[in-house]
Amino acid sequence: MSAVLFDVPGPKARTRNVYLNIITVIVVVGVIGFILFRFYESGQFTAKKWEIFSFPKVQQTFLAAIGATLKAFGVAAIGSLVLGVLLAFGRLTDSKWVSRPCYWFTELFRAVPLLILMMIMYYGLPSAGVKGITPFIAVVVGLVLYNGSVLAEVFRAGIESLPKGQREAGLAVGLTKGQVLRSILLPQAVRAMLPVIIAQLVVIMKDTALGFLITYDEIMKYANFLGSQGQYGSPVVPALMVAAVLYVGMCLILSGLAKYTESKMSSRVKVVKAKAGVAG
Amino acid sequence: MNVLIDNSQVFLDGFKNTGILFIFSAVFSLILGTIVAGMRVSPAPAMRAAGTFYVNAVRNTPLTLILAFFALGYPKLGLPEISFMNAAVIGLSLYTATYVSEAIRSGINTVSVGQSEAARAIGLPFMQTLSLIVLPQAFRSVVPPLFSVFIALLKNTTVAAGFSVIEAGSIRSTLSDRGEPLLPGLLWVALIFVVLVLGILSPLQRYLEKKWRVAR
Repeated sequence: MSAVLFDVPGPKARTRNVYLNIITVIVVVGVIGFILFRFYESGQFTAKKWEIFSFPKVQQTFLAAIGATLKAFGVAAIGSLVLGVLLAFGRLTDSKWVSRPCYWFTELFRAVPLLILMMIMYYGLPSAGVKGITPFIAVVVGLVLYNGSVLAEVFRAGIESLPKGQREAGLAVGLTKGQVLRSILLPQAVRAMLPVIIAQLVVIMKDTALGFLITYDEIMKYANFLGSQGQYGSPVVPALMVAAVLYVGMCLILSGLAKYTESKMSSRVKVVKAKAGVAG
Repeated sequence: MNVLIDNSQVFLDGFKNTGILFIFSAVFSLILGTIVAGMRVSPAPAMRAAGTFYVNAVRNTPLTLILAFFALGYPKLGLPEISFMNAAVIGLSLYTATYVSEAIRSGINTVSVGQSEAARAIGLPFMQTLSLIVLPQAFRSVVPPLFSVFIALLKNTTVAAGFSVIEAGSIRSTLSDRGEPLLPGLLWVALIFVVLVLGILSPLQRYLEKKWRVAR
């Protein structure tokens, strides 16, 4: 699509593009090189700073931290999807007594910062006498409330972008409103909105890192702990590098998985997809 | 109510710094995001690749980690020192710029093909096609998504509280030190954010969306 912005390059433009390419490569290599050079100069690549990662105990704890991140992600993802569907259905019902509160619920929880939500759960509720709130519960409930509200909007937008005939045909063959919503509209909406839903799942994955700030033992917290180990030269930068590689890797695997399912699904329902694309 | 009145200075200081973080990060990320969006549609393949790499790498990294790098990792590199505030602004700007660039890029794609074809037909080169014809139109249609990005930025500023910046997110620890009840204090923080987002930014978003709607 971007190709419409410029003509097919002629001889002059081709040479210019070559120069632009060279300049970009020089700048990029320069920036990355400078960062690596600073890392090297300040001794981030010395064996002492990386030694701590070679201990089996540290590796095991790192695996446990990855497990904790994945556990929070998994539970929060399922919870958010369920809550999202429920809220979307709630907003689409005819009864004002149901749809209004659902509307306010989604608006409210999308407006409050997720970290504040987690803090209310973890610090606020126990101070008001609620017992048994672990960091895990605080992280997951915060994630579910926020992302469930976001996903509710996504599902609703998806359902509303479908052609009207879908709903009418469903009602005409004698399905109830609930059945039409569940078995006709929702499956199509999910397909049309899959890229957005996946993007939101990646957001959940990244936001589990907020758990670090309310003492949930996940990757960030453990990386920070390792970084503060003075006898191994306080390897903050190496620990953060390891954490970054883990997060980027997990998010890329998640988006890759999503793209794969998407291509599988869209090959079955090309017609629907094309239509939804126009409507959206 | 008492918590708010007794500690009004804490709340004022906190939200003042949140505002500073928000405004500086918004401006920088808008500038950087536009440049990256331009790179991602440019004729030079290396520029496109560099833009794509930046966006994909940063968008898949948690903001917490980026802020941790600038607050905790950066001082170890022996470079000129920066305050925690500036570190947070840099981190937030780099993170938000990727979302801005994606919003603008999708806006560029909504500008009809005829516009840029006409621009090329009268002989405008890429930079002028983009800056004089396509971007002014794209900016209008990206107002809603861009506002959503900035609303997210306003909420994300609270993460900086974890890295020694005094702002809205750190009101909790200050209240905790003073022995104030935490739940009411946190609910006030949440309420102020709700007012900022639902009372100010969202209506502004709807207003601008209506005002600058492009007839197509």
